[in-house]
This record gives sequence, C-alpha cells and structure tokens, in this order.
Amino acid sequence: MDYKIQVSKLKLYYGDVLALKKISLNVQPNSVLALIGPSGCGKSTFLKTINRMNDLVDGVKIEGEVLIDGDNIYHPNIDVVMLRKRIGMVFQRPNPFPKSIYENIAYGPKIHGLVKKNELDDVVEKSLRDAALWDEVKDRLHTSAMGLSGGQQQRLCIARLLAVEPDVLLMDEPCSALDPISTMKIEELVTELKSNYTIIMVTHNMQQAARVSDYTAFFLNGEMVEYDETDAIFTRPQDKRTEDYITGRFG
Amino acid sequence: MVTTRQNYDNELTKLKQDLLNMGTCVSRAIKDSVTSLAQKDIELARQVIDGDDIIDKMQVDIEEKCMVLIARQQPMARDLRVLGTGLKITTDLERMGDHAYDIAKISLLIANQQLIKPLIDIPRMAGLAQKMVNDSLEAYVNLDIALAEQVCSADDEVDSLYQQMLRELLTYMMEDPRTISQATQLIFVARYLERIADHATNIAEWVIYLETGERVRMN
Repeated sequence: MDYKIQVSKLKLYYGDVLALKKISLNVQPNSVLALIGPSGCGKSTFLKTINRMNDLVDGVKIEGEVLIDGDNIYHPNIDVVMLRKRIGMVFQRPNPFPKSIYENIAYGPKIHGLVKKNELDDVVEKSLRDAALWDEVKDRLHTSAMGLSGGQQQRLCIARLLAVEPDVLLMDEPCSALDPISTMKIEELVTELKSNYTIIMVTHNMQQAARVSDYTAFFLNGEMVEYDETDAIFTRPQDKRTEDYITGRFG
Repeated sequence: MVTTRQNYDNELTKLKQDLLNMGTCVSRAIKDSVTSLAQKDIELARQVIDGDDIIDKMQVDIEEKCMVLIARQQPMARDLRVLGTGLKITTDLERMGDHAYDIAKISLLIANQQLIKPLIDIPRMAGLAQKMVNDSLEAYVNLDIALAEQVCSADDEVDSLYQQMLRELLTYMMEDPRTISQATQLIFVARYLERIADHATNIAEWVIYLETGERVRMN
C-alpha cells in the first residue's frame, strides 16, 4: 500500500518554541484522518504543515519530511501555489469571496487556466453537486455568496476547493461555527468525498471524530501521543493520556 | 463543586453497585434453589420463584441506566466498556436467575417423591457453579484478571461433572424405566447448573475485556 502522505520526524519551531515534536505518521489514500487534542496541542499547526501554510508565519522553522505521493513538499523546487491547489484547505469560519456563488467557484479554475470559458458552467455545476449544494443554489448562482447560510457557505468553500481538482483536503474545525443540521451535512459530505480525496480534519468534537474518521491521532503539547484506527482509539486507547482526554478527565 | 465528570463517575459507580446487588441476589437464588431441591424445602423453592421478579426488575433498571448514560454522556474508551459490559453482564445474571427459578420449579415437582438416588453430584456441581458466580463478581469488583481467568478454567470441571451425571442418570433410566420421570428432571437440573457456570464464564470474559479492551474466548 502506498501512503498518500508520509510525515517523518517533523519538528516545527515558532522562534525558540518547539511546537511540533518529531511527528511521524502515514496517511492512507481515500481515508479520513481526524486530529484531536486540547487547544494549543499543535494539531492545527500540524495540519498547516501539510500545505505549507506555516511558511507565511514569521519565525517558523521546520525540520523533517512531509512526502505527498512520495514527493517532499519542502523541497526548494516545489511550487507552493501549485501545492496549495493540490492540497486544499477549509477553515473554521466559512470564508467565501464577496462575489456571486458562481464567481466563487469559477475563480480558481480561471486563474489556474484549468478550463476553457465555455466549460466553466459545467465545472461550477459539478463542484456544487459534489459539495451537495447544487439543489439549494442552482436558481441563484449569480447572487452574492454572502447571502448563504453559514452551513451553505462552508459547503460553498468546499465546492470552491473541488473546482481546482485537489487530491488532499485539509479541514480545520470545519463545523465549529455551524448548527447541528449543517454539521451533519458536512459530515455526510466528508464521508462522500473520501472515495475521491484524502481528508485530514481537525476537530474538537470527539463524537465527530468518532463518526466520520477512519484514523485518529491524538496530540498533546506538540507531541503525537497516539495514532490508531478510530475504532481502537475510542474503545481501547493504549495511552492513559488519550483515555483521559477522550473521557473528559483532563485538567 | 461537583463537576460533570464527577457526576458521571458517580453514576458509573452506582451502576457497578447495582450490578453487584443483582449478582448477590442471583448467587443467593442459585444456592437456595439447590438447597430446596436437596432438602425438599417447598417454602424455600417458593421464595426463589417469587424472587425472580425482583431480579428481572433489577435487570430492567440496570439496562435503563446504561441506555440513559449512553444517551447523555456519549461514553468513550473505558467508560464505553463499562457500559457495554454492564449491559452484557446484567443479561448473564438474569439468565442465571431464570435457571435458579427453573431448578426451584423442579424442587416443587419432586418434593413429594422419593429420590431415586442420593443427591451427591448436584450439590457438588452447584457448589462449583456458585463459586464461579461469586468469583466472577469479585473479579468484576476488583478488576482482577487472574481471578477472571481462574473462573474460565473452572468451567471445564463443571462440564465434566455434567457429562458424568448425564451418563449416570441414563444408566438409572435404562435399568428401571420408573425412574425416567425424575431422572429427566435431575438431568435438567444438571443442565441448568452447567449453563449457570457458562454465564459465570461469560462474566469473567467481560471483566477481562473491561480491563484490557481485548476479547478473549476462554471456553
């Protein structure tokens, strides 16, 4: 089995502070990996190392390797813009462009020159369908995306990613600002999308990790304490710290 | 201040206590049922029969408690195993209670008959089965894996006693057909005791799972 993502001995410093302590983990293609842990444990920082979002932060130093499809993404020859096209990211709060729904989706394919103008309509429809949003917005494609509900905006952001045909999706607490129904829709979507993408999701919601992920990694103080199949983590964790965290005995 | 987690822990402790109370009642019922048989004590047999409703109610209460805790707390890891095994153990206990009830019914049936043979193996088997039940409960309380494993291995002895009694009673029946009616009842008793020992083994296996997260199949 070839891993989609291979991380080995990854260390990340914010100035002098070691924020990720020698993380090594492999991610299977077409799986969902959930990252759990208390605030400040490094899970979001880790997520951002996968598409080099941390490059934008001053004073960050990274050691170790992150391979995607066998390529080291920290190699000097890597085109970071192309990397972030391959590895899309969804954030805690939906962040659509203040443009029409159509323009939000069409923007990426246009700037990357992925499609001819006459194919754009198809790409927009397909992306919205894949993000389970098409039926709700097909009659208002040219109205502002800002008029959508929070859950719809989040699915729009996912559709916007899908339009540039990535193969890894990073999600940083994608449901934390959403109501339960919208949360359920995103979770269903994640389950759908995993047949075509590899997904890594940071979540504070343990039940969400248990519901949607195939693998779960527990982070604490910059260390990856435990990484296993989700079934095992939530029924028989091996490390006492994992047990204490997932059963609410922390702090 | 009592935290949410402390409340939850208190509920889990209470659940364990309820299971132990149920286990104590069941263990008592098994003992009394066999005593009623050996001593032809109709009164004691009736007590066991009436007491079964109480055991059944305990099971319903424990199940209800588990379901409510699952709904309200969404248990994980050990908490999940405590609740999952709680549901299984209460079922095993209830089945044992039913078998005690069945034995007490047979006590009533043959109380006015002369025994076809002195009861030696049945009390012996009952003693073993009861020890297994008590040990499995003790293993549960103390999360004692060594004791749980001991319970599982004791089951072989009960099984071989059962086989031995079966052969013996078959011999009685072949020699004298007039014994068939009572011998059949005694075979049932032996069978119930053998089943009780199996349920005690199940409990011991659940204790091992509760503590280690690993499923074992000992018998």
